[in-house]
Amino acid sequence: MDWTALTLSIRLGLLTVVLLVPLAFVLARWLAFGRFRGRGFVEALVALPLILPPTVLGYYLLVAFGRASPLGQAFEAALGHPLVFSFEGLLLASLLVNLPFAVQPMQNALAAIPPNLRDAARCCGLSPLAAIRRVELPLALPGIATAAVLTFAHTLGEFGVVLMVGGSIPGETRTIAIAIYDRVQAFDEASAGVMALVLLTLSLLALGITNTLARRMVHRH
Amino acid sequence: MSIEFRAPPGSVTALFGPSGSGKSTVLRAIAGLHRSDDALVACGGQRWTDTAAGAFLPAHCRPVGFVFQDYALFPHLTVREQLALAIGHRPRGERAARIEALLALARLEGLAGRKPAALSGGEQQRVALARALARDPSVLLLDEPFAAVDWALRESLRHELATLRRQVSLTVVMVTHDFDDVAKLASHLVVIERGSVSAAGTVADLTSRNAVPGLGGAREPAVALDAHVVAQDPARRLTHLVAGELRLEVPAVPGPVGTVVRIQIGAREVILASRRPEGLSLHNILDARVLAVEPGGHDALRLVHLAVGDARLLSLVTVDAVRMLGLDRGAPVLALVKAVAVEAFA
Repeated sequence: MDWTALTLSIRLGLLTVVLLVPLAFVLARWLAFGRFRGRGFVEALVALPLILPPTVLGYYLLVAFGRASPLGQAFEAALGHPLVFSFEGLLLASLLVNLPFAVQPMQNALAAIPPNLRDAARCCGLSPLAAIRRVELPLALPGIATAAVLTFAHTLGEFGVVLMVGGSIPGETRTIAIAIYDRVQAFDEASAGVMALVLLTLSLLALGITNTLARRMVHRH
Repeated sequence: MSIEFRAPPGSVTALFGPSGSGKSTVLRAIAGLHRSDDALVACGGQRWTDTAAGAFLPAHCRPVGFVFQDYALFPHLTVREQLALAIGHRPRGERAARIEALLALARLEGLAGRKPAALSGGEQQRVALARALARDPSVLLLDEPFAAVDWALRESLRHELATLRRQVSLTVVMVTHDFDDVAKLASHLVVIERGSVSAAGTVADLTSRNAVPGLGGAREPAVALDAHVVAQDPARRLTHLVAGELRLEVPAVPGPVGTVVRIQIGAREVILASRRPEGLSLHNILDARVLAVEPGGHDALRLVHLAVGDARLLSLVTVDAVRMLGLDRGAPVLALVKAVAVEAFA
């Protein structure tokens, strides 16, 4: 059992959730309520990580984060080490890869709020921000929770992109999914089996939670 | 769409017209929920929307109460929380007192802890009304307030609203496609057809002249006007009502002297006579004068417009009766109205 890999995975998952959910909420709200041209294009862009092979995505991220790219150079100048094959690079990749898992449940939950309720909030004297806090957030809460759980679970299980962008540096970029692969490659089936069981349990737990939340959302409306 | 009207302070102005005529859009424009390219909305000298001057007061800054057609109650909040949310920031004691007052006003005391899903349709509407009143609005906007409920509940909700109006002085703008709402609750009427105003005025004036467009056969001609109680006669179980120079005896209507009662008198219910009849089960014999005789929607019928002092009545009679009684313009005639033919709504 590779405890370092497990804690790294959990740290990556939690950080991804904490950073991504608020950002994705803004994006989800824009997609759910905004009236603008090219919404379909933006939605397709958000959904892209769902269908793009992880190696393709990883390749482009590698190029984008690389020492030759402006982003890679800016990051290296700021922190003193390259973005690729670092935890920060992995986190950035994780944010992008998880975009659809975070945006879509929240977008659906927000779109399910009857338009009259948002009008009623305004007629009750709530400013746009107050209306988000007191009406939209509580009503979209199951969707927000689903987004958080899915993002966390998916981060734990992500393999291809992590391997491409992060490599497998212990304590820095070797997540539990990578560790399982390494253990199998080294014919250490016992360790691989334990870690696989841990991931399996966590994934089942996550799906159980999201299903419960989804059911609760259906009951509310 | 080109719609212009004025709702006098303290009035209940009904925007009446078929579905899709644009009346809900007008209501949303007043509330600031709808922005149009060319609009002017002013209230008490303050311009809320003035596209010519580029002014637009956001919806949440307008002192309006809005009752939505489906009530739009927040499913995650209890009745008390809905009211607290609408009241907004006030000192705690003041806020609690205001909540209690609203609960009492809308008769919701026992339901304060419930969420909308645990309320009946009528209770939900009372919550929606109380919530709309929470901010002491200058204007109360009602969008098809009774469309979502069945007939029996509709009538009792109309009574609720009429009662509420007596307790709180308010300017109300109500959208409806049900003329019963107009006849029972509205003081002023704006008829909207295909995006423009086809008639506007007081309900009493428009109904007494049979000049409400769009009703075309959907409703018998009937005069709707406000009367008030001048005396109760418990021994005879009658109430004496007065509307201008129109004095009527009607079956007992509850309420002290001075109570305002909306009455409706259908043209079919008014009998005309040239001599004072005797031995009839009749309470109201009114001295009237013929103002006009117009076609009555059927070859054999005529609608006679009558003046009873400054008040007006309509009577639907046969062509034969017009000839028999010599009902020419200006002719004196007696209008006979059964007490039970006066529909009183209080």
